[in-house]
Amino acid sequence: MRNAPREFMLDDSGMPESDDCLVALGPRLRWRGDGRAVAVRRTWLDTFDWRLYRAGLTLELGGPRGAAGFTLTGRDGSPLAVQRAARAGQPRWPARLDALPEGPLRERLGQVVGVRALMPVARAVSAVRELRVLNSDDKTIARVTLDRMSVTYPARAPVPPRLTVTALRGYQAQADQLAGLLAAAHGAAGGAMGALEAALGAAGRQPGDYSGKIDISLEPRMPAGAAVAAVLEQLLGTLQANVGGTVRDIDPEFLHDLRIAVRRTRSALKLAGDALPAGLAGRFRPEFKWLGDLTTPTRDLDVYLLGFDEMAASLVAATPAELTPFRQHLARRRAAEQRRLARGLRSARFSRLAGDWREALAAAAAGPRSRPAAAQLAARRIRRAGRRVLSDGSAITATSAADSMHELRKHCKDLRYLLEIFGSLYDPGEHWQVVRGLKALQDCLGEFQDTEVQRQEIRAFAAQMMDERTAPAATLLAMGEIAAGLAIRQRRARGEFAGRFREFASPASQHRIQALTEAAVS
Amino acid sequence: MKIFATYNIKGGVGKTATAVNLGYLAARDGYKVLLWDLDPQAAATFLFRIRPRVKGGGKALIQGTRSLDDAIKATDFDNLDLLPADFTYRNLDLLLDAARKPARKLGRLLAPLRASYDVVFLDCPPSISLLSESVLHAADTLLVPLIPTTLSVRTLDQLTDFIAAFDGHRPDVLAFFSMIDRRKSLHNEIAAALPKQRSDIAATAIGALSLIEQMSVRRAPVAAFAPRSSAARSYAALWAEARQIGGVPPVSSGRRGSR
Repeated sequence: MRNAPREFMLDDSGMPESDDCLVALGPRLRWRGDGRAVAVRRTWLDTFDWRLYRAGLTLELGGPRGAAGFTLTGRDGSPLAVQRAARAGQPRWPARLDALPEGPLRERLGQVVGVRALMPVARAVSAVRELRVLNSDDKTIARVTLDRMSVTYPARAPVPPRLTVTALRGYQAQADQLAGLLAAAHGAAGGAMGALEAALGAAGRQPGDYSGKIDISLEPRMPAGAAVAAVLEQLLGTLQANVGGTVRDIDPEFLHDLRIAVRRTRSALKLAGDALPAGLAGRFRPEFKWLGDLTTPTRDLDVYLLGFDEMAASLVAATPAELTPFRQHLARRRAAEQRRLARGLRSARFSRLAGDWREALAAAAAGPRSRPAAAQLAARRIRRAGRRVLSDGSAITATSAADSMHELRKHCKDLRYLLEIFGSLYDPGEHWQVVRGLKALQDCLGEFQDTEVQRQEIRAFAAQMMDERTAPAATLLAMGEIAAGLAIRQRRARGEFAGRFREFASPASQHRIQALTEAAVS
Repeated sequence: MKIFATYNIKGGVGKTATAVNLGYLAARDGYKVLLWDLDPQAAATFLFRIRPRVKGGGKALIQGTRSLDDAIKATDFDNLDLLPADFTYRNLDLLLDAARKPARKLGRLLAPLRASYDVVFLDCPPSISLLSESVLHAADTLLVPLIPTTLSVRTLDQLTDFIAAFDGHRPDVLAFFSMIDRRKSLHNEIAAALPKQRSDIAATAIGALSLIEQMSVRRAPVAAFAPRSSAARSYAALWAEARQIGGVPPVSSGRRGSR
């Protein structure tokens, strides 16, 4: 491991302001440094869903005045990529990756960040002093930095001084020895806590505190109504967390996560809403349908635009450039739909829905507890949804209409959402096996249905573009080629369906679902 | 990764001072630089205050039981690493002789470092041997310090004739006058005449300056401890010429400033 720094949190009282942190070690060490502190501003960046943090990466923008740069470090604190910030100024955060200068850093980030925007997760100002520790030949073996940091975002807070020992390459053993001496001399709390964790900790925030996944721990014997209400409350939290980013159009994943939270909510109301107090599901289902429908056009256009380059690259007869008017048409329509979506999410109707729903869920959670238990309800509903998939799927033949495939897809989604909502009741390994089997079938149905919808849409787009007189003949021909490509993909998906369904319907797969749900009940 | 070798059959002509200063200047420009001190006298290693020892010695490196990567030490300067000398390097010829395709061995050993370094300097011992031959095959550019005397010019002719006989890859040669003493008429005459006869002589000449001798006392590149001196300026001009001849691409912005 090369250049991996060792970090220590110091007890502030043991650190005289004017003296040097190494003085305490007396004559055992030789060191050099001019003792002057350099003022450093730092901003840590990550995606809304902490993709960098989850991948063990930390992206810091900072440095002394006039020499700011990005540093990407790995889990052990060793630098993976550095990039001097553009002289023309910083991107306005939040910003997508294409706002960063091209180079190895952007390339490395792209693998993790994808389409998400980077945004500040913490900011701090520091007074940093750097010292070089020397051996008997006056050769530097390690750099020691003393960092007195104050967090300015997400809240103002001081951070205990941090001492970092960074070994020079080839001198790791000596630096480790030094780190040991420092830790002993200062009674310092050594550990892997990096500057970001320290800053967030001081400001009272945890890294990784948002995830679009359902992350709740249900007890098998808890009343089903309480379990469903708890899941719905978390889904409401996810939904609301993504409203701001969706309205500001920061990146397409805000809308995606918001939409999934709505779809899961609708499925929970449809499939397990009867566990809630009487009338509650019926009262809110139309409102959540309205919300779901509000999000559909923008998301559909996002899907088109996100896959556009790949779609353009698949052209054989036409050239990607001939699709440019089509891309522009999609972008215009998306801008219009996004405005409509933002209006909807800022409307009184949405505020009322969110407020009323939160109150209703709180009342449901506090209401009288009754049977059935969560695991029993989950078992009954999951098996029922499974049987529905089985019977609908068995009726599908090579000549069945696209609508019947679409219906089956909806029933598969019901089953999938039930498995996700009640997922914490089950053994994670067994649960993953069941979801994986279902996902293979869903992927095939999704490909079939998406290509069907996109084919219909491309006709509608072509007609709109003709009306608006924005469609050159070459563009229409290229769009025709895209439609033909979609038809080929759809045919392939239909060809794969029988095999995927056979796998899902196999006795082994069905037994797995049965065993999974039974285990929680018993 | 571009490989430069400071090479001359003769000793005491300024090879190490050139490798150390050009390595430092390249690193200061933002390139990731490795200097391999191949001379068992370990002068470059001494100048960077690094102990002249490689675990397992030259044998481990040549036989591959220890990778070059493992033996590298950081200098005190950002972006500049050193592969230290070891006294066992005096036997490198024998070790190379026992290896398969010895003339290509150094190039093969350096290949895995391609992703880590932009520029490599090989500081060679004064000799013409199997090791020199391996260096000549590995290098993209030879930097040949030349004291302006008749015998030095003769050794340059011998070197270029030797390289001309290579099959396949031949390094570019950039010779430059080193330790030139303007008070000596012979130095001035040769320095004036040779560039007219040969196209591989650099425009930059390095003078016989006491500041360069001071490097062994200060144990640092002259460009680091006396950056505004004429010696430092001469090395900067030589690095600019070498970078151009060696075809070193501009520093990528992702590299600049890395530690």
